[in-house]
Amino acid sequence: MTAPTQPSATPDLLYTRDEEDLRSAVRALLTDRADAPTVIAATESDTPYDPRLWSSLATGIGAAGLLVPEELGGQGASHREAAVVLEELGRAVAPAPYLTSSVVATETLLALGADGGPAGALLGELASGTRTAVLAVPFATAPARVDTALASLDGTVRGVAEAAAADVLLVPTAEGLYAVGTTDPGVAVQPLVPLDLTRPLSAVTLTGAAGTLLADADASTAAVRRGLLAGAGLLASEQLGLAEWCLTETVRHTRERHQFNRPVGSFQSLKHRMAHLWLEVVSARAAARNAADALATGSPDAPLAVAVAQAYCSGVAVHAAEECVQLHGGIGMTWEHPAHLYLKRAKADSIAYGTAGSHRRAVAELADLPAP
Amino acid sequence: MSRAIDAAEVRRRTRELLAAHPPATTGRTDFLRARFDAGLAWVHYPVGLGGLDAPRSLQQVADAELAAADAPDNDPRRIGIGLGMAAPTVLGFGTDEQKRRFLRPLWVGEEVWCQLFSEPGAGSDLAALATRAVRDGSGDWIVDGQKVWTSSAHLARWAILIARTDPDQPKHRGISYFICDMTDPGVEVRPLRQITGEAEFNEVFLTGVRIPDSHRLGPVGEGWKVARTTLMNERVSIGGSRIPREGGMIGPVARTWRERPELRTPDTHQRLLTLWVEAEVARLTGERLRQQLVAGQPGPEGSGMKLAFARLNQEISGLEVELLGDEGLLYGDWTMVRPELVDFTGRDAGYRYLRSKGNSIEGGTSEILLNIVAERVLGLPAEPRNDKDVAWKDLSR
Ligand SMILES: Cc1cc2nc3c(=O)[nH]c(=O)nc-3n(C[C@H](O)[C@H](O)[C@H](O)COP(=O)(O)OP(=O)(O)OC[C@H]3O[C@@H](n4cnc5c(N)ncnc54)[C@H](O)[C@@H]3O)c2cc1C
Repeated sequence: MTAPTQPSATPDLLYTRDEEDLRSAVRALLTDRADAPTVIAATESDTPYDPRLWSSLATGIGAAGLLVPEELGGQGASHREAAVVLEELGRAVAPAPYLTSSVVATETLLALGADGGPAGALLGELASGTRTAVLAVPFATAPARVDTALASLDGTVRGVAEAAAADVLLVPTAEGLYAVGTTDPGVAVQPLVPLDLTRPLSAVTLTGAAGTLLADADASTAAVRRGLLAGAGLLASEQLGLAEWCLTETVRHTRERHQFNRPVGSFQSLKHRMAHLWLEVVSARAAARNAADALATGSPDAPLAVAVAQAYCSGVAVHAAEECVQLHGGIGMTWEHPAHLYLKRAKADSIAYGTAGSHRRAVAELADLPAP
Repeated sequence: MSRAIDAAEVRRRTRELLAAHPPATTGRTDFLRARFDAGLAWVHYPVGLGGLDAPRSLQQVADAELAAADAPDNDPRRIGIGLGMAAPTVLGFGTDEQKRRFLRPLWVGEEVWCQLFSEPGAGSDLAALATRAVRDGSGDWIVDGQKVWTSSAHLARWAILIARTDPDQPKHRGISYFICDMTDPGVEVRPLRQITGEAEFNEVFLTGVRIPDSHRLGPVGEGWKVARTTLMNERVSIGGSRIPREGGMIGPVARTWRERPELRTPDTHQRLLTLWVEAEVARLTGERLRQQLVAGQPGPEGSGMKLAFARLNQEISGLEVELLGDEGLLYGDWTMVRPELVDFTGRDAGYRYLRSKGNSIEGGTSEILLNIVAERVLGLPAEPRNDKDVAWKDLSR
């Protein structure tokens, strides 16, 4: 083969009016409940996220059920809308189990074709925001590499994101996919010290826990892959929101901060760095919208769109956060200023659901550019 | 009353044109003239000037019908400066008489245009230009000076020209904008050989060139404002077109990668994948920009596209030369020719590597574009300047 595969349809890369309305609602909520001092204070408390914020977001706005069809208790929207929610959560580095529960766990259950049964019931609860679930795989797992399943409900999975406050663990094993309650006997969720203070990580240890089998091994692998693909694709939108905040804040700061009798933002070396960043953010938006649209429409192009978005947006978010710290000078190194939260989130996100390098490996396969 | 122009109406008119002037039996120029007169040249232009006063997005309806009927096009690559720069400026600032005279042959391609802006002493700082235009007793303008890097001057019938009409004013205020007849005996065009061995561009010497006042565009002394319209359109036309996946420079290198496994190394593989992803993202960014334009929400993203493509073209073609190894040591042909158009396709990697170096210089350097993004898009403060309120004649050179 020498010709590239072309996308099957032209993606819609813009935002609809409804999506903009949703954005406004989420942003207003986060401005109100998750400003920077609140988020910094929360990272040092014992509660991983604010339950009132979560219920307003998940149930009040209905964001938890965006991916779930109405007949299963959700909003019947799509990945495009969920991506907008994630842009806003990224912009605020707000702690909330949205990506893990409302996207990855939810998509995994949706892939099981939940008509009635325990998976369907759980899906309804996740969609309403009354319970949360996380997939018990390491946060670094790339969609194309789901080989970390336990043999059975016995053993330890390290680095599970947002397990601490979740109600249910979805545990892929060689026997199939189980749902296990986090407070069930034989289940220990041990908090780890995470680099990203806004996204708790845990080691999950199962010792003879009893769970509900939701799917056999084959169906489980396919469902987990689909869950992680949606997670990786929509993570790009979180990275976009994060990068956008870093750029906006850096521009604001360098316009105000004076040295040498001028705003530091008038020095060309800084202007060019911010202009480069702007171009990266603009490009990241196209890549992230493309991935969200491909997931929403169930396009055959989705795996490539997701791999491209992750291979690109991870680096943009890290670069934006690093520039944000540097161009703030000493303030950028302090604990009070939120820049560090963005840097830590960006760096952790660049590993989550596969590094840029592992997504480039997926591109090599999907775009027929084989390794030597 | 004409009926409202919608997609169906554009389609109807296009079919009417095709029926009245079947492409199979109509000469190319006659067909293109008829298309212009039917308002299907650029539908967003005014009625009578090749358009229908219709939304720009309807052009694709006409283009699709015409392509399906195998109708000839006006070979836009050959007349890019006319279409992309001269036409919007004539439309925006020309008199009715100028619009009627110039737009039709420009669009049809009977008259090629070039751009006499840059000078040896005025490139990025274009407003510092020194070419003088002085009015004589008859009211005509007499132009003296030198222009440089003028693409297509050897093919052009007309030029858009900016010249200084008042040296006592600060540099941005004493400039006027003209349409220059390239057949005037005072115009001398000399090829300027470039990095590729060819001469796409020229030096143009202007000695006592006579331009009637009726060929002035916009008011005397306001040429800078007119020129800004030209330059804005230049950047849009350089950065804004739609491309398929692997449609740009990444196409040839990806093809080489697939067809020649013996060239592959781990290092080039990593670089290729990174650039492939960046090229795909740039393509999507361009597509998003196009969708914004169609939806009537133009964003500032356009200024970024030229920056992105300049860097990508250079890095991709650089990788390709290296990937080719022994063959990368060779070059197609250094013979000095004066090409009719710039076309990257079908050329060897070495040519593409060298020609793409111009992508970050022509039409505003990447450094200048970064300044523009920083100041106009991000609102960052301008650097202190000492040239704005000083008469042009008192500036250092
Ligand atoms: C292939 C090609 C075709 C062209 N065709 C035409 C044409 O048809 N008509 C025409 O009129 N012109 C044409 N040009 C000219 C082109 O517009 C100029 O070369 C360009 O604007 C740069 O000007 P300069 O060459 O004088 O470089 P300079 O302005 O001298 O720039 C030298 C270096 O200094 C940098 N620099 C300058 N000012 C600043 C600043 N304020 N901040 C930071 N860096 C700065 C530049 O980025 C560059 O790196 C063409 C050029 C090329 C390469």
